[in-house]
Amino acid sequence: MDLIISLVINGLATGMLIFLLAAGLTLIFGLMDVLNFAHGGLFVWGAYAGIFSYAYTGSFTLGIIAAIITGLILGFIMEKLIIKPVYGNHVQQILITLGTMLVLQEMIKVFFGPNVVAVKVPELLAGSWQVGDIIIIKYRIFIIIFGFIVFGLFHYILTRTKIGLIVRAGVMNKEMVQALGINIKRIFLFVFMTGAALAAVAGVLMAPYSGAIYAELGMEYAILAFIVVVIGGMGSFQGSLFAAILVGLAGSFMAYYVPYLSLAVNMIIMAVVLIFRPQGLFTAAKG
Amino acid sequence: MMTSLLKLDNIHTHIGQYHILQGVHFEAKEGEVSVLLGRNGAGKTTTLKTIIGLTPASSGTVTFINGDITKKPTYDIANLGIGYVPEDQGIFAQLSVEENIKVAMRKETDESKEKLEYVLNLFPDLKKFWKKAGGNLSGGQKQMLAMARAFVNDSKLLLIDEPSKGLAPIVIEKVMEAIIEMKKRTTIVLVEQNFIMASKIGDSFTLIDDGKTVHHGQMKELIADDELKHKYLGIG
Repeated sequence: MDLIISLVINGLATGMLIFLLAAGLTLIFGLMDVLNFAHGGLFVWGAYAGIFSYAYTGSFTLGIIAAIITGLILGFIMEKLIIKPVYGNHVQQILITLGTMLVLQEMIKVFFGPNVVAVKVPELLAGSWQVGDIIIIKYRIFIIIFGFIVFGLFHYILTRTKIGLIVRAGVMNKEMVQALGINIKRIFLFVFMTGAALAAVAGVLMAPYSGAIYAELGMEYAILAFIVVVIGGMGSFQGSLFAAILVGLAGSFMAYYVPYLSLAVNMIIMAVVLIFRPQGLFTAAKG
Repeated sequence: MMTSLLKLDNIHTHIGQYHILQGVHFEAKEGEVSVLLGRNGAGKTTTLKTIIGLTPASSGTVTFINGDITKKPTYDIANLGIGYVPEDQGIFAQLSVEENIKVAMRKETDESKEKLEYVLNLFPDLKKFWKKAGGNLSGGQKQMLAMARAFVNDSKLLLIDEPSKGLAPIVIEKVMEAIIEMKKRTTIVLVEQNFIMASKIGDSFTLIDDGKTVHHGQMKELIADDELKHKYLGIG
């Protein structure tokens, strides 16, 4: 039982990090119909900007804020210069965002150096609690709580506010939203910047969790995020949370019980979902 | 004499490589129901989409209350006071009736609240299914929701595309009564295949054939002209 609780906590923490990355991706795809392969680049930029700010100021909170600002700025620049000209063309989107991913990755090396950067857990969140025979690592609990707070906040925004209502309506029918007098391009920019900020936050939270960051980390996590978006249903925020937790838990349990299958398990889940429910477990209905 | 609210002058519209509208002239006068008639594929829906800016005109001029709106983006055109009810109704399927209306309401003023009250009295089913998802409504209820949504703002002009399509005769009657009632408060441009409905509620008509305006006049003239009806609508 102790082992299972430990594996669940581990899986939930990993799942929450993937959720933060996938949430932005799914909203961007659902509303804007944009396949953003550069999302991992925003993630890794968030990690570096946040960790370097943390190292400089000594405050992890300021590190998170720096990551959010970095995500917002990069999101703004990307949407205006790179995404806007390729709306409606998936082939061009894939090519240009993959190129952007590589540029963002290489720019990390230019600005922060090519070496792996070791990251320690902030003092306040370091260490563990012992409950009976179970050792609970504080930082993992922090990530789980943080993830649920972000989910709650976004769930509130999406379901209880006018802007959230417009975003949900836009996912279903963009043309109609415009015909009701709403500037959908402004909403696109808002969603893209928010998605970029979420990716950047995921990056800075992941850094102490994995203990080290490097430029190529973004691509590794972005693949997981894409798998989660496909499993959860493209455009579904709740679907992303469910699928991210599923992927996190499956990875955690498989790594312990069947280690040689731990890398394949995500692909297996995705394949099973695609066979029986090609639209994903949750769907954001169109029209 | 009634003043012109909307005027289309020699409109040409391309969708991709296709030249859909090839010279549409049309005028909607304030307080009237102007009906666009023509066979399937004649260009009626594209004309409405060109007015609202979803398929912008490649040449020609669209004038609304004396202002040129030809090159304006859709949301700007809508904010000038043009409501649009598309052929497929464009209901946000997973949003409730209330949320569908809320997306449309640009501001919650006393006037908009009064308009909402008015449409809910006009379509009592919407009040009854206020919390129900738009996608779960019947075809007629969806049509009513789409019309209510277009009307709740300060819409000086409503563009309604084939409101009778796919509806049972009894529901068509209700929709028709609603349009007649709404006409008291706004100007309406209607695309309609059902000539019986069009002739009952229309004041004027414009016939479109192969993307061009071929005839226009008062509805009573068309009702009396069997040759014109036979030639362009295949009836009479």
